[in-house]
Amino acid sequence: MTDIPISHILFVSTALFFIGMYGLFTRRNMITMLMSIELILNSVNINFVVFNKYLYPDKLDGIFFTIFIITIAAAEAAVAIAIIINLYRSHRSIDVETAEEMKY
Amino acid sequence: MTASQVIFYILSAFILGTAILSVTTTKIFRSAIWLLFSLIGVAGLYFWLEVEFIAAVQIVVYVGGIVVLIIFSIFLTQQSGKEMVKPRMLRTIASVLAVLFGFALTYFLIYKNDFQAGDKSFDWSVGKIGNQMLATGENGYALPFEVVSILLLAAMVGCIVIAIKAPADVSVATKEQVEIKEKEIAE
Repeated sequence: MTDIPISHILFVSTALFFIGMYGLFTRRNMITMLMSIELILNSVNINFVVFNKYLYPDKLDGIFFTIFIITIAAAEAAVAIAIIINLYRSHRSIDVETAEEMKY
Repeated sequence: MTASQVIFYILSAFILGTAILSVTTTKIFRSAIWLLFSLIGVAGLYFWLEVEFIAAVQIVVYVGGIVVLIIFSIFLTQQSGKEMVKPRMLRTIASVLAVLFGFALTYFLIYKNDFQAGDKSFDWSVGKIGNQMLATGENGYALPFEVVSILLLAAMVGCIVIAIKAPADVSVATKEQVEIKEKEIAE
């Protein structure tokens, strides 16, 4: 377990974060942007668990933060998808470029 | 190389490869499926880190909940086999450069900061997590727990409020469509 240095695990989480950023920059479809956000949240979760396990093994705070982030991500996905489906009903498109006016 | 190291590098390659495919593929349904594999890989990483509770939560909430929700919304909003519009070349190049630069900077900072792992083994159990989650004293997480439950309630109410306005819009749209069709038939 200790034969992997922390920096290698942090490499994975950093790479996952910036892959999510790339998706957020290039995608213009709301559902795929939501998927990129899920990737970013996952990389944050990995960071919390790894720091908790390796640097502060006698505490549990990283685990709690991970649990709360997962909960909030679930709530966020539910609300985001409700908004996306409502937008699709009124605009017939979920592209962020076509949804220009806020009031309909 | 020990078996643990081999497993870690295979898992990392799996997570990153499927994540890259998820953000680059042009078909939205495939993108969701690659995201599913990436999230399963992250759950595998938690198993490798020996935090089985978080791995189980990851599988139940992300793989079983969020990805299924995303796939539902894909089916509700568009044809899953349709190709998405590709981003413009300039935007792709600029994004790749920005992301590579950000990654290089961040990883340079991480690499220079030499994290020293302690020798103590990570001591967690579901009982300890549950006790600390509902403790009100020092290091207790009772207040965040309550706040998160209020947040979930608010999200639930919010979803209902967003969804409940829709039937009027839909009926108006269908009435208009019916009128247009009637006109077409009359002509």
